[in-house]
Amino acid sequence: MFEIFGIPSGALFGQLLIGLINGSFYALLSLGLAVIFGMLNIINFSHGAQYMMGAFAAYLMLKYSGLGYWPALIIAPLVVGATGVLIERLFLQWLYKLDHLYGLLLTFGLALIIEGVARNQLGSAGLPYVVPDALRGGQNLGFMFLPNYRAWVIFASLTICIATWFVIERTRLGAYLRAATENPTLVRAFGINVPVMITLTYGFGVALAAFAGVMAAPIYNVSPQMGSELIIVVFAVVVIGGMGSILGAIVTGFGLGIVEGLTKVFFPEASNTVIFVIMAIVLLVRPAGLFGRRA
Amino acid sequence: MEQVAPLSQVVVAKPSFLRANAETIAFVVMALGLAVAPFFTYPLFLMQAMCFALFACAFNLLIGYVGLLSFGHALYFGWASYLSAYAAKAWGLTPELAILTGTATAAILGLVAGSLAIRRQGIYFAMITLALAQMMFFFALQAKFTGGEDGIQAVPRGYLFGLIDLRNEAAMYIVVLFVFLGGFLLIYRIIHSPFGEVLKAIRENEPRAISLGYKTDRYKLIAFVLSATIAGAAGATKAIVLQLASLTDVNWPMSGEVVLMSLVGGLGTIFGPVVGSFVILLMQYKLSVVGEWVLVIQGIIFVSCVLLFRRGIVGEISAWISSRLKA
Repeated sequence: MFEIFGIPSGALFGQLLIGLINGSFYALLSLGLAVIFGMLNIINFSHGAQYMMGAFAAYLMLKYSGLGYWPALIIAPLVVGATGVLIERLFLQWLYKLDHLYGLLLTFGLALIIEGVARNQLGSAGLPYVVPDALRGGQNLGFMFLPNYRAWVIFASLTICIATWFVIERTRLGAYLRAATENPTLVRAFGINVPVMITLTYGFGVALAAFAGVMAAPIYNVSPQMGSELIIVVFAVVVIGGMGSILGAIVTGFGLGIVEGLTKVFFPEASNTVIFVIMAIVLLVRPAGLFGRRA
Repeated sequence: MEQVAPLSQVVVAKPSFLRANAETIAFVVMALGLAVAPFFTYPLFLMQAMCFALFACAFNLLIGYVGLLSFGHALYFGWASYLSAYAAKAWGLTPELAILTGTATAAILGLVAGSLAIRRQGIYFAMITLALAQMMFFFALQAKFTGGEDGIQAVPRGYLFGLIDLRNEAAMYIVVLFVFLGGFLLIYRIIHSPFGEVLKAIRENEPRAISLGYKTDRYKLIAFVLSATIAGAAGATKAIVLQLASLTDVNWPMSGEVVLMSLVGGLGTIFGPVVGSFVILLMQYKLSVVGEWVLVIQGIIFVSCVLLFRRGIVGEISAWISSRLKA
């Protein structure tokens, strides 16, 4: 064991790992927010609640049908994504012509409904979810102990983030999406069904949140309020990164997770607030955000 | 063919007594109603409702008249309430000075948060205000003087100007009524001043206001500070009335609640937030038996307001009345 800046390296790398884990969730959630905002021009306030829904779906599947982590990782995002499609068709589609703020207010209402129902059905105490068998245990890397599950979370979220970036920036489907973001009317004139694309984009963004929720279930307890506090931090991440760039959202998410982890080592009192402080500094120095373009 | 009157004529054409004075009449009715209401219902409920009504009016000054959605107004309400409670309890200040302390705190916080938030527009503005409020929530959670999870309890109501005992419910009620009506009239005055007209111009079309030579950032910041200050006055008064300042007042659901109150009453209407906060508080009292379902019901109200009644109660009523008057 050696020391870095007077901190035992084990503690330092341990917090760094926790930072990377939190960063994975920031990245996945801000990515979903950015994708939804790009297409729908709506800030999805219920994103945190939908992340929580993913975790709960995994929990309920295990409890009532014995379906474990791996099926949940596929099924929960599909189910929650389907509710997203429903939400878009029932509610959001009526708001596109209005001020963006109404979208925020509506999804805030939805978040309250989802969280309220979860609290009534499952209580506000956290419920544990076991780590899947295949990922129990960990590796001793010499300078630190790396639990397998945490390594998997970082790997999986990086993969999903990069895949999403690839689809949007490098494929034909992504080109349609980007074009529809710039000028939906023109893209419709080319015979592409933009309303369906919008609906599916929302469904996809919501599914991303649910996917993050399932991955979070074994790390944090499954609780109704797990999403609402996280989403506010993710908002700050989005303000810092700017929503104009997919890669920006990913980099900012991981970066801020690491900064938060390091703060826990060197100045633990500030670890809750450091992201907000960084947001304030970024607003002073670069008001448009690190990756944002001046509107 | 129907002749469409030019806009200026519509306003001038035969101002019926009722229409020209509708706001004055409504104000008098509201003031008289609040003056006699404690004889019919719980004064404590009314005092609490007036504090929230003033809070909602302050919030509405921003969203309704400048078009800025602050999703972190609990910051000013809650911190003013902490400082007011602390000043009254630990420093032993008289209630009016305690309320002033809280209000001044909110003004300073509003200046700092406002100058950061106005650097971005629209949806980002909402997210920044929310994030800053959450940051200050964590400070409140960690700071020693706030009492953490317990809050500041058993705040003495004290003697107004060192003379009048506010433990007397009637005296307290008059103070709250005074603060509420004073704050309300101040907001009314702001909205109807030349300054307020510029604010409305910014709400309608900010680039155009800039092109006309207005330094819109400065106007937005002043409006933000005014709104935060009045929200602070409401929170500071609430701390004295309920003799309590707690984390609830400074947490994000409180920011959501004030949005809900204004939305239900009618964004951008002068009386809307007052009506909205009475309706929402009444609902919370009546529904306290159903426990956690209150959250669900609030959510449903949010969704249905946004989809069906964007004008809110007062907005719908005044639209109905003016359609009647036209007929």
